[in-house]
Amino acid sequence: MMRPRSVRIRRSINVLALVCSLVAALIGLVFLIWILAEVIVKGASCINWDFFTQLPVPPGEEGGGLANAMLGTVIITVVATLLGVPLGILAGTYLSEFGRNRFGDTIRFLSNIFVSAPSIVIGVFVYAILVVPLGGFSGLAGGVSLAIIMLPVVTRTTEEMLRLVPNSVREAALALGAPYWHVVWQVVYRSARAGMLTGIILAIARVSGETAPLLFTALNSPYWPEGLMEPMANLTVTIFNYAMSPYDDWQVKAWGASLLIMLAVLAMNIIARVFVHRMGK
Amino acid sequence: MSEDSRSKRHPPWVEALFKGLTKGAGSMILVLLAVMMVVLFYDAWPSIKQFKLGFLVSTSWNPVTHQFGALTTIIGTLVSTALAMLLAVPLAGGVALFLTELSPVVLRPIFSTAIELLAAIPSIIYGMWGLFTLAPLLADHVQPWMTEHLGFIPLFQGPPMGIGMFTAGIVLAIMILPFMASVIRDVFLMTPQVLKESAYGLGATTWEVVWQVVFPYGRRGVVVGLFLGLGRAMGETMAVTFVIGNAHELSWSLFNPANTIASTLANEFTEASDRLYLSALVELGLVLFLITFIVLGLAEWWLKHSAPREKR
Repeated sequence: MMRPRSVRIRRSINVLALVCSLVAALIGLVFLIWILAEVIVKGASCINWDFFTQLPVPPGEEGGGLANAMLGTVIITVVATLLGVPLGILAGTYLSEFGRNRFGDTIRFLSNIFVSAPSIVIGVFVYAILVVPLGGFSGLAGGVSLAIIMLPVVTRTTEEMLRLVPNSVREAALALGAPYWHVVWQVVYRSARAGMLTGIILAIARVSGETAPLLFTALNSPYWPEGLMEPMANLTVTIFNYAMSPYDDWQVKAWGASLLIMLAVLAMNIIARVFVHRMGK
Repeated sequence: MSEDSRSKRHPPWVEALFKGLTKGAGSMILVLLAVMMVVLFYDAWPSIKQFKLGFLVSTSWNPVTHQFGALTTIIGTLVSTALAMLLAVPLAGGVALFLTELSPVVLRPIFSTAIELLAAIPSIIYGMWGLFTLAPLLADHVQPWMTEHLGFIPLFQGPPMGIGMFTAGIVLAIMILPFMASVIRDVFLMTPQVLKESAYGLGATTWEVVWQVVFPYGRRGVVVGLFLGLGRAMGETMAVTFVIGNAHELSWSLFNPANTIASTLANEFTEASDRLYLSALVELGLVLFLITFIVLGLAEWWLKHSAPREKR
């Protein structure tokens, strides 16, 4: 039961609450704009041609860039995508098409938890299963750890997107005599294509900014990537190492790398959103 | 097409193979989690055997004398998370309320997209900003002021260095804010318009509609959103590692450098020189994994098993 209260008190409470909400929104907005602005301003100052084409130089020397780290991040992300996306799509297909049972429920439950599992622990895990047996840090180990992070993300979005395909579509195709795998392959995947692609882009965006799992898998390197079995330079670990270093010119480079990563992640998110928007029409 | 040619083009084993493949991929998630648990446990075994349960309650962390305990980092993880939640939850609620009820309708999609984009920014960016912008600011202006005016509370005593638990909590709070705000907003949006309109029709104010209709309707979702934010904050590495200072000491002061499980792993894992040190670090990872697993598992379980329609 609502206690009868005078209109004036109720109105004052209302105004107070709304002002608080406005203030909260403003505080949030201010901090977030502040962060974006800071990264853009400090990062832009070191972006030049060398930054994209040169190898890093020791602190104190002029010039140099992070071209090797950019290439490394791309390679590691591609490896992760090649491993994580097909598996994730298959797993999501299982959950959506065959998974209305106890086993499916268990997988769904676990993948929901897995999505938020601490990424640094996944790094520890991959260190134990790949870095130690293979005898050293490697780009491959970095890719695998990111693939493990991607797997549950892709699984979940794939399931959601396939669920959006109406059952009548499946039934129509089945009625034409197509076997179920063919229905999924030719009909369900096609209808859900845009949504699945969105999910994949978002998953790539998510892992391309990950640092923690790369710290002791891919490690870092001042050289060009020499192969998947060698330690591989990458932007995020470079940011960490450079930012924690006492050298001003390295710290500036860390801002530049931060700007690059931030723009890449935001761009992928916006592209994904455009896909969703198109699908909605 | 005759029956015969069709079964040639689509032999039945393809169907079985397809189902088997998808099921195999689905099982991967189960297998990975199980293998992860076993591997972490196996690698942590030397430390578990050496320190037994004392690991969880010991505050010593000395690689030289081979004395390892997790209490400092566990408390650090819990305190930084609590601080972040304390700051972020009210703000996230306010932002969600603003997005669903207050902001002009034309601007809502813009604000909502902005919040979601911000939630996607990698945590290392927040760490960078915390280290180079927020920490000096807190050290020069905020912390001295707090020590002067609130210094009678032990929490706010100590050196105003800018690096420490206090800064880590604030950076974490800012990092999880967009995520939690967008989750809570989604929940608020699920309230049927009819319910809200009925309440407005009875003469309720906006706040009364939110507090007595929207919030109770979406309470489950809000709690689950908070748990997800909690899980993220606890396992977060980079945003914390940059600013917490990596000190294995317990202290009442929030201004002192401290440590979390994740930041200890990030700082020390590649430097661990001997087997016991490494295995103590792995055990820390195992502890973190189990804590987040339990928190997230509870949230998931509760979402599924609490009745969909609550009685007030």
